[in-house]
Amino acid sequence: MAKAHVYQRDHVNTDEIIPARYLNTDDVAELATHCMEDLDTEFMTKCQPGDVIVCGDDFGCGSSREHAVWAIQGAKVGAVIAHSFARIFYRNCINCGFYPIELHGALEKIDDGDVLEIDYKAGTIDNKTQGTTIEFTPLPDFAIEIVNDGGLLNHIKNQR
Amino acid sequence: MGMTITEKILARAAGKDSVKAGELVNANIDMIMCHDVTTPPAISMLKDKGIDKVFDPEKIVVTPDHFQPAKDIKSAELHKRLDSWAKEKKLPFYYKLGRAGVCHALLPEQGHIRPGEVIVGGDSHTCTYGAFGAFSTGVGSTDLAAAIATGVLWFKVPASMKFTLNGSFGKGVYSKDVILEVIRRIGTDGALYKAMEFVGPALKEMTMEARMTITNMAIEAGGKNGVIGFDDTTKAYLDGRLKGKTDYTVFESDPDAAYVHDDTIDCSTLEPMVAFPHLPSNGKTIGECAGLAMDQCYIGSCTNGRIEDLRIAAEIIKGKAVKIRTIVVPATPEIWKQAIDEGLAEIFYDAGCVISAPTCGACLGGFMGILAAGEKCVSTTNRNFVGRMGSPKSEVYLASPATAAASAVEGKLADPRKYL
Repeated sequence: MAKAHVYQRDHVNTDEIIPARYLNTDDVAELATHCMEDLDTEFMTKCQPGDVIVCGDDFGCGSSREHAVWAIQGAKVGAVIAHSFARIFYRNCINCGFYPIELHGALEKIDDGDVLEIDYKAGTIDNKTQGTTIEFTPLPDFAIEIVNDGGLLNHIKNQR
Repeated sequence: MGMTITEKILARAAGKDSVKAGELVNANIDMIMCHDVTTPPAISMLKDKGIDKVFDPEKIVVTPDHFQPAKDIKSAELHKRLDSWAKEKKLPFYYKLGRAGVCHALLPEQGHIRPGEVIVGGDSHTCTYGAFGAFSTGVGSTDLAAAIATGVLWFKVPASMKFTLNGSFGKGVYSKDVILEVIRRIGTDGALYKAMEFVGPALKEMTMEARMTITNMAIEAGGKNGVIGFDDTTKAYLDGRLKGKTDYTVFESDPDAAYVHDDTIDCSTLEPMVAFPHLPSNGKTIGECAGLAMDQCYIGSCTNGRIEDLRIAAEIIKGKAVKIRTIVVPATPEIWKQAIDEGLAEIFYDAGCVISAPTCGACLGGFMGILAAGEKCVSTTNRNFVGRMGSPKSEVYLASPATAAASAVEGKLADPRKYL
């Protein structure tokens, strides 16, 4: 069961997800301690393993830093659900083995604190709190394979 | 149906006669840019997976820039990892401290950017190089690692948006004002996944430096790449400058190529622009915002830290005293030396500015000019997100070097036209 942390925001950018002042390391555990810090200083105290971030349009805009995905993964966030994603961030997610869920209207369908169960392959979100089922377009099979392999480089290695 | 310049370059790199927007292609990479933040993790990933090779050392340029000279122990460790890798792989184009500079100013200046090529870099502003009629885009560390090892990456061919730049520039208006106006119109995701192609007679008035300011900020509209076609100005810049391979292929968009957006900007009616916190799309004309008090002025970065930018700023600052902290950061060692040779450094010193070594530094809130809570900075950089240059409670106002310099002189947002 995952709890939703909803931010009624568009354009949540990579500087908010992991501020550049912490880019002097690529240690995932250390990056995780600053996850979402410039958006919500309480995030890391609220977030439990598997919890979900929900936002509006253009999530992850700005820098190409993969550190943004690593920080979210290190914080053990289960998924990010957004109306849309910035291009480089979206590609970085798949490359790192993290599933980005694109869902238009997510902010109207999920409230802060809602309990969710996600079926990544089928493309459904069971909103246990509201008693609703929300559909999203799942990633294509090749991308799911990359995610399941734990990212692009593992995927390449497994294929060899 | 004809093809856009972006489609032609990707088709060539994928070994195809033609491609269409939306198509997935496997493209051969012609050049890879590596810096101190995103490359060390890429190197570690490759070592970790036992894929410890470099596809072509001649096609990789390495420069530390974000935290150089090392700002602390951790960034020194990043530099050490970058340094030992570049030496181990015997990379011929490794710019060490003393010759290292802000990557997107350094690579074109040192002759590593060729028209018609596919260029990737572990930095979102890699789109800068599109000013040379190349396809250039930023990637994360994993893609960077894959590119370093294999020289191939897959891309979805982007649909193209056309921006026609008409008219002659008025006094005090520059290419930075053009791109801030474009982003104001379409928003920070207005070009998401798309190519932004700039055409039109106003480009004739722009140097390569000015053009790079425009393509540099394509990512601030979400663009995959920004591109400007080759012309005499491009040729004059490249002649005698290219290192390694000196031949290149020039592509241009067909007259019947498809565009998903067509917009026109009349440069003669533009005014100096300032993008307010906390998005590059929050542009206002200087007439709407002059007089707002600032605490710091920052002139530098891959957007506006080139010699032309320093000349424009110096012209305005000359003989006056700045009223706020003013930090001038020549983007490369050559620009730094030129600033001294041309007497610009003396002008900045006399006015009370500080001149730093080339670094990305404070542009991304790294070091060398960090803002305290509540402070406001007028900056020639490209991003004004929350906390971008320091405290999450500080504010960044994006502007041209002229507007930034005039604002430094007055201590508040100021119209540069009265000083020109």
